[in-house]
Amino acid sequence: MLEVRGLTRAFGGLKAVDGVDLDVPEGAIVGLIGPNGAGKTTCFAAIAGFVKPDAGSVRFAGADVTGREPHVVARAGMVRTFQITQPFARLSVRENVMVGAWLRHARRAEAEAAAERVARAVGMGAMLDMRAGDLTVAGRKRLELARALATAPRLLLLDEVMAGLNPTEVAEIVGVVRSIRDGGVTILLIEHVMQAVVSLAEQVHVLNQGRIIARGTPAAIAADPAVVEAYLGHGAAARLAGGGGGG
Amino acid sequence: MSARARLLLALGAVAALALPLVLPSNYAVNVAVMILFSAFLGQAWNIAGGFAGQTSFGHVVFFGTGAYASTILHATWGWNPWLAWPMAALAGGAVGLGIGALAFRAGLRGSYFALVTLAFAEVFRILANSAEFTRGGLGILIKADARAANFQFRDPAWFYYVALALVAASLAIAWWLRRSRFGAQLAAIRENEDAARALGIDVLRAKTLCMGISGAMAGAGGTFYAQKYLYIDPTIAFGVEKSVEMLLVSMIGGAGTVFGPLVGAVALGFVGEATRALTSAQGLGLVVYGIILVAIVARLPDGLIGLFARRAARRGGRDA
Repeated sequence: MLEVRGLTRAFGGLKAVDGVDLDVPEGAIVGLIGPNGAGKTTCFAAIAGFVKPDAGSVRFAGADVTGREPHVVARAGMVRTFQITQPFARLSVRENVMVGAWLRHARRAEAEAAAERVARAVGMGAMLDMRAGDLTVAGRKRLELARALATAPRLLLLDEVMAGLNPTEVAEIVGVVRSIRDGGVTILLIEHVMQAVVSLAEQVHVLNQGRIIARGTPAAIAADPAVVEAYLGHGAAARLAGGGGGG
Repeated sequence: MSARARLLLALGAVAALALPLVLPSNYAVNVAVMILFSAFLGQAWNIAGGFAGQTSFGHVVFFGTGAYASTILHATWGWNPWLAWPMAALAGGAVGLGIGALAFRAGLRGSYFALVTLAFAEVFRILANSAEFTRGGLGILIKADARAANFQFRDPAWFYYVALALVAASLAIAWWLRRSRFGAQLAAIRENEDAARALGIDVLRAKTLCMGISGAMAGAGGTFYAQKYLYIDPTIAFGVEKSVEMLLVSMIGGAGTVFGPLVGAVALGFVGEATRALTSAQGLGLVVYGIILVAIVARLPDGLIGLFARRAARRGGRDA
């Protein structure tokens, strides 16, 4: 479904994304994790057309979409959400989700029905008439999800939809994401919260300082010394393996 | 639309149609004409500034382009003004598309966009002041020949009905924007451009198109003005006052709402007449406008319409 090859993007002298290869097979949930500042969000932005990559290619559903405008990418069926939620603050939840639904529906009644269906699917059925600006953090994260889902995407790029949520809310969102995949949407998700990724993704890629340093099943990743070092610092893997009980 | 809203709308339409019959003088009818005209131009601004959030300080450029387009066709080339009218809308729309494409392609937003539109209006004023075919600073006189076939009326009531038709058309366009996909795209762009792009909206195209629609409306307004006063010059056609007026009526009434510009134009029309009746001091009206604007921006960000909507909400109503 998605093939990223050698994706590179530098800001000044800093290579935020450096030669990233990434594959997302159809129907999968794939995780992209990494410590803060690893380049995850830039990687997403370059895939979805928000920043132009300096090098590399992005193929989506067999077509080359490298450096295409975000709305072109979205119309092709690849839609991203934002880590820092970007609600249409003065519009209602219904109107917010309808903006997504209008992409596939030309008639107002159809767009409205589709939006309400999607809102209920992500658990926002009771909030349709609320102003998006009045939503809680958890509500805004769901709204991001609902709007993107309303565009009837084939691939969803979810940027930290669980950050800032409490454990109950995380558990709810995990269920929602899983049901979205079961509905036939492929998912690539960025997460900082390891636990959430482990419970969702079949395949995980670990990004550190712009490079993919490991890939595999969540269990394999969690045991990978390179990953442990990236998160906890140089030498951490050796200390843990040595059974450092004092820690 | 609720039954109550429909009833109110029907009553308003009947009252508007009957108004010239009950107004005491031609002067009063002329005031009503200018209020309606101001509501129409305000709505043109509102399409871009309110619905799409692209605040322009130079919307007069479209009005002036339309005024000159039809007046040159009529006075210089001998076209019938009714036929020249659509050309004015086309000219205003083309300038709207052009300025929109240039400014938005350059990525101008917010105050930068506002300043660039202001600059365009000034450039057009200076060009009109020096060009041969606009007769420079002398302006263009339209020969008085009060026949309806000539878009000139002896009885101002007829101008009133033409202005009323313009306002009705502009309300219909605004109503359509509230309901349509294009309108939803503009609202999304106004609220958050990045999120709009992520959801598949071609932001550049939508904003440019919106400037085209807005420009065409203001351009059509230019012809009306020229035919009413039978004279235009660069200051009338491209002066900053009209830009400010368009923005004021819309913001005071409620930018981004269907009836905001109409409400704002009526309110400012009454204020203008009241200050004129009470004092002969030049420019006092503008001072009062300014104070009202500051008060509205500080206390009522959704304009006078927002005030009604809040009261309706308190009564438990919806869809105000």
